Amino acid sequence: MAINATCESTASPPVNGGASHSLTHGANGSLASALADTGVNELLGELDRDLIGLAPVKTRIREIAALLLVDRLRRERGFSAGGPSLHMCFTGNPGTGKTTVAMRMATILHRLGYIRKGHLVAVTRDDLVGQYIGHTAPKTKEVLKKAMGGVLFIDEAYYLYRPENERDYGQEAIEILLQVMENHRDDLVVILAGYKDRMARFFESNPGMSSRIAHHIDFPDYQADELALIAQRMLDAMHYRFDDEAKIVFDDYLTRRMAQPHFANARSVRNAIDRARLRHAYRLYSHPDAATSDESLTTIAAADLLASRVFADGDTR
Amino acid sequence: MRVTQGTFSFLPELTDEQIKRQIEYCLDKGWAVAIEYTDDPHPRNTFWEMYGAPMFDLRDAAGIIQELAACRKTFPQYYVRVTAFDSTHGVESITLAFIVNRPANEPGFRLVRQEEPGRTVRYTIESYAVAAKPEGARY
Ligand SMILES: Nc1ncnc2c1ncn2[C@@H]1O[C@H](COP(=O)(O)OP(=O)(O)OP(=O)(O)O)[C@@H](O)[C@H]1O
Ligand SMILES: [Mg+2]
Repeated sequence: MAINATCESTASPPVNGGASHSLTHGANGSLASALADTGVNELLGELDRDLIGLAPVKTRIREIAALLLVDRLRRERGFSAGGPSLHMCFTGNPGTGKTTVAMRMATILHRLGYIRKGHLVAVTRDDLVGQYIGHTAPKTKEVLKKAMGGVLFIDEAYYLYRPENERDYGQEAIEILLQVMENHRDDLVVILAGYKDRMARFFESNPGMSSRIAHHIDFPDYQADELALIAQRMLDAMHYRFDDEAKIVFDDYLTRRMAQPHFANARSVRNAIDRARLRHAYRLYSHPDAATSDESLTTIAAADLLASRVFADGDTR
Repeated sequence: MRVTQGTFSFLPELTDEQIKRQIEYCLDKGWAVAIEYTDDPHPRNTFWEMYGAPMFDLRDAAGIIQELAACRKTFPQYYVRVTAFDSTHGVESITLAFIVNRPANEPGFRLVRQEEPGRTVRYTIESYAVAAKPEGARY
C-alpha cells in the first residue's frame, strides 16, 4: 500500500490557533490587558449591539466571561479550582433569541479557551433518538462525537422524555447525555432550550439533568419598543426602510400582533417584514410604468403593512 | 518482528498525544477519520475490518480518541490503525494511515521460495501467526 504521500507535512501538524492564546503577563498583569488579549470584549460589545434587549441574558454571559477569564489568571498563578461546569438551559417563548444566543455563546466560549473549536451542533429529538431497539445509543454517540470541542444545542429538549410511553427510547438518549455531561465537561458544552413550563416539567422528571446544568437562563419576551428596534435592525441589514407613515403603522401592527395568539416575538417581526417585502414588490410590479428609483426599491410604505390580516382581524373583533 | 506499515512506518510508536495531534491535523484538512483492526497484517491485506463507520463531520479529535480507546479495549491483541479519507474530487482515497495498536507478541513473517522452471524463484511472504491459528485466535 502506498500511503506515504503526506508524511512530510504531517511530521509537525499546526497547532490550532484561536483557543490557545496564552496570557503572558507578570504577576501584576491587569485584568484589562488579559481581556484585551482574548478579544472577548469586542465580542461582548457586538452582542450588546446586535441583540436588542435581553438584559438578563447579557448579564449572565458577561458573568460567565468574567469567571472564565479570572479562572485563567488564577490558573496561571497556580490557584486551580478545576474547570467550571458550563452546561446551560435557555428557556423562553418562541423567537426570543435562544438559538441566536447559543451560536454566539459557542464563539465566546471558544475565545475564552473553554472549548477547543467553537462550533455549534444543533439537534432535536429526531437526531438523538432512534426508532428501533439498539438504534438510539449509536445515534446519540455519533452526535456527541460531532459536537466535541464545541457546543451541543438541543432544541425543545423536553421531547426527549415521553412519560406516556414507558418503553420510549428517549430515556436512553438522556442517560447517555447525563454521562457525557458529567465525564466530558472539557470536551463539550450542552445547551438545552425550550419553553419554560415544559422545561420545568422535564427537569422534575429528570432531576439528574437539572443538577448538571449550572446556568438556567430565562429569555424574557420583548417589549413593543424593543421589537420596533429589532425590526429597524432587520430592515437595515436587508437594505429596506419604512417611510414615516409606515413606522407609525408598524408600531400599531406590533401592538395588535402581540395581543394575538401564536405571537413569536422577533420571529413574528421577521415574518411581518418578509410579508411586507412581498407586498412592496407586488406594488411595484403592478405599476410597471412608474419609474423605479432607488428610493422606491428600498422604501416600504404604510400600505404594504396595512394590507396585513392583522389589521383586518382588529376591525372584526 | 515489529510489523510496520503506513505513513509513519519509519518512526517508533506514536504516543497518545502524538496520535491526537495527527488526528487534529487530519480534521483540519477536512479528511474523514476511521478506525480499522485486523489479525492478518500481511502487507497485501488492504481489507481490515472497520471499527464503526468512518467519522464524517467531526471538528475535534476527542470523539475519535474515545472510539480508539474503545477499539483497543475490545481488540487488545489486534493490529489497529487510524485512516484518513480525503473526499476531494479526483483524490477520493485514503491519504494517511498509521498503526496505533499491536499484539504483545508478533511472530513475524516467513519468506517462502518456490522453484520454477529455468531457475526462476517465486517469493511468498507468509505470516507465522496467520498460518498457525484461525481468525480471531492468532495473537
Ligand atoms: N434580541 C434580538 N435582536 C435582534 N434580532 C433578534 C433578537 N432576538 C431574536 N432575533 C431574531 O429573531 C429570529 C428568531 O430568533 P431565534 O431563532 O434565536 O429564536 P428562538 O428563541 O430560538 O425561537 P424558537 O424557540 O422558536 O426556536 C432570528 O432571526 C433572530 O435573528
Ligand atoms: Mg430556536
